[in-house]
Amino acid sequence: VRRLLATWLATTIIAALAAAPAAGASCPKTTLADIEDEVMCPVCGVPLGLAEAPQAERERAFIRSLIARCRSKQEIKRALAAQYGPKVLALPEDRGFNVAAYLVPVLAILAASLGIALGMVTWQRGRRRSRSTHQMLGHTHAFDPAELARLDAELESHER
Amino acid sequence: MSRRVAGALALSALLAMLIAVLAYGVTSRQPDRAIDEALAAGGRQPAPLLALPRLGGGGSGSLSDYRGEVVVLNYWASWCDPCREESRVQQRWHRRIARRGGTVLGVDALDVTPDAEAFIHQYGLTYPILRDRDGGTQAKFGVVGYPETIVLDRRGRIAAVRRGPVDDEFLRRTVPPLLQEPA
Repeated sequence: VRRLLATWLATTIIAALAAAPAAGASCPKTTLADIEDEVMCPVCGVPLGLAEAPQAERERAFIRSLIARCRSKQEIKRALAAQYGPKVLALPEDRGFNVAAYLVPVLAILAASLGIALGMVTWQRGRRRSRSTHQMLGHTHAFDPAELARLDAELESHER
Repeated sequence: MSRRVAGALALSALLAMLIAVLAYGVTSRQPDRAIDEALAAGGRQPAPLLALPRLGGGGSGSLSDYRGEVVVLNYWASWCDPCREESRVQQRWHRRIARRGGTVLGVDALDVTPDAEAFIHQYGLTYPILRDRDGGTQAKFGVVGYPETIVLDRRGRIAAVRRGPVDDEFLRRTVPPLLQEPA
């Protein structure tokens, strides 16, 4: 029993030691640079990455403090929205009505692509149709030699 | 209508729309100076409604809570350097007017709460402070920077505005005469 207990204890300690660096490696979960372009400087009205106002400096310090506490990007963005309101987010959240902000551009691109494709097909059909019409016209209006001779004779009579 | 005329009309309409959007963009970014203009004309217009959460919790507060008092409404933020020096002046005047039917009412805007609380502790501010997290109320008062101060008479009308830090001279000139006025 003692041997079993000792083995179990050793295994537990080894497992704990192995897990510790893995847990440490997952922190920090994000960087200031990664967040800066996704949030705004509310005073300047530009993305935080481009802002140099004192408020922007405070905002960066707040983000750094949250990064140091191993908060994820989403957690930090939520904390910023709690402090400054939802307008601090450069991109709206993908929930509720805000989903429209992501869906509308995608649908617009799809609609535009569909429109272009339809336009191309219609244009190609039109070209094919006009080509075949020309060919048909070419066949029906081919002058026969007798007709050409008659026209020549008529022209000559006018010239005289 | 020929196709060319229709095209020209459509292009003109598009251009007119673009110009209208540009004009709206330019004018909507201009600060509202209605309060300043009314004051310059010698009038006092009623203050807009203002209701915000109190900084650090404790429910909400509004301008109507102070009806009958002279209110020195001060927009500030902890990251604003001129607000530091000014906060001493505001605190001094709050003490001076509190027993005579007046108050300073701070509005901390676009700020991180722990920073604002540290600021209050550092400068020993005892006057009530509301929190405008996204600065949503400042346009109503034409506030475009920090600090800015709006002085309200006992009837809730705007009697004076300072776009920038206040000093003793400004408050001496505006607040005591308002304290003498009846509610």
